Amino acid sequence: MTQPILTIKNLSAGVEGREILKGINLTIRPGEVHAVMGPNGSGKSTLASILAGRDGYHITGGEVVYCGQDLLELEAEDRAREGVFLAFQYPVEIPGVNSTYFLKAAYNEIRKHRGQPEFDAVEFLKFVRERMKILEVPEDFLKRPVNHGFSGGEKKRNEIFQMAVLDPKLAILDETDSGLDIDALQIVATGVNRLKRPDNAQLVITHYQRLLNFIVPDYVHVLVDGRIVRTGGKELALELEENGYESIVHGGAVPA
Amino acid sequence: MSKSTDTIDELVKQEYKYGFYTDIETESAPPGLNEDVIRLISHKKKEPEWLLEWRLKAYRHWLTMPTPEWPMVNYPEIDYQDITYYVAPGSTSDGPKSIDDVDPKLLETYDKLGIPLHERDRLLGVAVDAVFDSVSVGTTFKKELGEKGVIFCSFSEAVQEHPELVRKYLGSVVPQTDNFYAALNSAVFTDGSFCYIPKGVRCPMELSTYFRINAAKSGQFERTLIIADEGSHVSYLEGCTAPMRDENQLHAAVVELIAMDNAEIKYSTVQNWYPGDENGVGGIYNFVTKRGICRGVNSKISWTQVETGSAITWKYPGVILQGDNSVGEFYSVALTNNCQQADTGTKMIHIGKNTRSTIISKGISAGRGQNSYRGLVKVLKNATNARNYSQCDSLLIGDKCGAHTFPYIEVKNTSTQVEHEASTSKVGEDQIFYCAQRAIAAEDAVKMIVNGYCKEVFKQLPMEFAVEAQNLLSVSLEGSVG
Repeated sequence: MTQPILTIKNLSAGVEGREILKGINLTIRPGEVHAVMGPNGSGKSTLASILAGRDGYHITGGEVVYCGQDLLELEAEDRAREGVFLAFQYPVEIPGVNSTYFLKAAYNEIRKHRGQPEFDAVEFLKFVRERMKILEVPEDFLKRPVNHGFSGGEKKRNEIFQMAVLDPKLAILDETDSGLDIDALQIVATGVNRLKRPDNAQLVITHYQRLLNFIVPDYVHVLVDGRIVRTGGKELALELEENGYESIVHGGAVPA
Repeated sequence: MSKSTDTIDELVKQEYKYGFYTDIETESAPPGLNEDVIRLISHKKKEPEWLLEWRLKAYRHWLTMPTPEWPMVNYPEIDYQDITYYVAPGSTSDGPKSIDDVDPKLLETYDKLGIPLHERDRLLGVAVDAVFDSVSVGTTFKKELGEKGVIFCSFSEAVQEHPELVRKYLGSVVPQTDNFYAALNSAVFTDGSFCYIPKGVRCPMELSTYFRINAAKSGQFERTLIIADEGSHVSYLEGCTAPMRDENQLHAAVVELIAMDNAEIKYSTVQNWYPGDENGVGGIYNFVTKRGICRGVNSKISWTQVETGSAITWKYPGVILQGDNSVGEFYSVALTNNCQQADTGTKMIHIGKNTRSTIISKGISAGRGQNSYRGLVKVLKNATNARNYSQCDSLLIGDKCGAHTFPYIEVKNTSTQVEHEASTSKVGEDQIFYCAQRAIAAEDAVKMIVNGYCKEVFKQLPMEFAVEAQNLLSVSLEGSVG
């Protein structure tokens, strides 16, 4: 069996003495798409933040292995260089910093990390234009400052565009569907689907089932109060949509 | 304290690169300030009688003036009797005839500062006047400029060679009695640069003055006078550094710019005086008066400043918009880190019709730095259709620094349009995490964020210096991220 990309074993974590994740288990193998669904406050975004290496969380137990190494030991930038990508729920604006410049800096950091020579401006532009074609991203995304003055939909699209350029092994999409209308949702989902390959994996975090009409997961995990209370195939998402989280919580399901 | 705050703190700590001292023989006046010292300076400079009288008038007025207390800066009282007002490298007391006569030690100093004066290594396309303590040690490309009729020389030389121009314009924009530090400068100024661009001439290269304070316990009081005659154009740049010392040193300069009909002056400053150590010990007090007058119609004066050094900065480069349709601009990046304090801004005085001014001020506070923008936009009664646009932004890095804004607007004409925009932002942990998640480490992220923030100002600088300003800012910020 191939080595998993991500293995989370009994992970507990929280902030300032409050436990949010209470023993998460999850294994993601190459080529798989996993969806984590759950009500507000269940710990979905905390899970995404911890995997990406955001400060301020205390790990109280368990471990996370990413491609054979201890993920929690790595700095956030090193995780990114190793191929972990987080599409932010709220992408951050960086006024005055040109998107091309930003992406080139990011991409070259990853190349340096892999021991490859850095791309100069011409090489990078050629490369980035190729990636743009996959996603049908408008040319002006390259010229505008990073997320500054972008609409909500444009910001999410820009996240997926960055994902296309940085080509991660593990992409975590944190509520990428929030605040998107159906057209924008379709554009974003199409992008994500085109980036899927047998050697990478996606972890899609969402509150609603509707994103999963466009991104079809291999596994759906239901996260309630810091625990995965059920795991199933894509049909589980539909069941949730119909019956709501309540039925699952009180259905007494055993963690997967 | 979170990890990223630590990184920010680390980032802002970085040694001052220009803090060396040149051991050179000097000739100096005894410390202290009195009429004899002023007479001595005037005598050393072989000045005409009228200039000595001008200095003495300034001094006598200065004695009656109180130290200004309105700026938002704190420092112990300065003992003006403890300062040496005249220090000249021994070999230059008569002034070198050409760069070849300059003491090799001085040339070496400027090499080390990255400003080679020697013909073979000169900066291309930039003429430099190098001022060391109280005197100018040399001016490059004089001959080439002379062919176009451009006069670019040290102030002392201008007094000898072009007394009529000096007498006509000296103090015409900043009178001797203008303010406390301008009066002090008028009494004891020792050198500086002089520049005259004749009618219709577009100055073929950038002109630049490089100021270096070297001697201990001395002050630097230089004077720069730039006159752009009708239809002429000049771009001018000044840079400054000083050795690292535990005591504070005073730098009180005056710069006067005069633009006639259809003339344009662009004046850029990259100020990197020694800022003091991280506990606020030592550093330069940079108390400077800079003012330009758009005397003619359609004239334009543009100030761009990048202020990263000095323990205390107190300066308000302004423009008097006298000629109809004249334009004044002020672009500023002021950085305060560790214990640095800056109270800086501009004054735009609209007198003529259809006059326009633009103010873009970017303050950056890190460490325990305090940064104040103070600006005046004044529109007089006859300034029909005057327009001003001001934008004052403050960026905070870390949680122990401060940013303050004091905009003053006085309008006496009803057809005026004045706009003021202000913003305060923080280099947030969110931004740093976002960059980290895109493989960019905190130190590079802060540089990127700060440079992005300053872009509007940097693009006003001449190309070569825009790059230098960016590097300077990164260095000044090293050790400051949070």
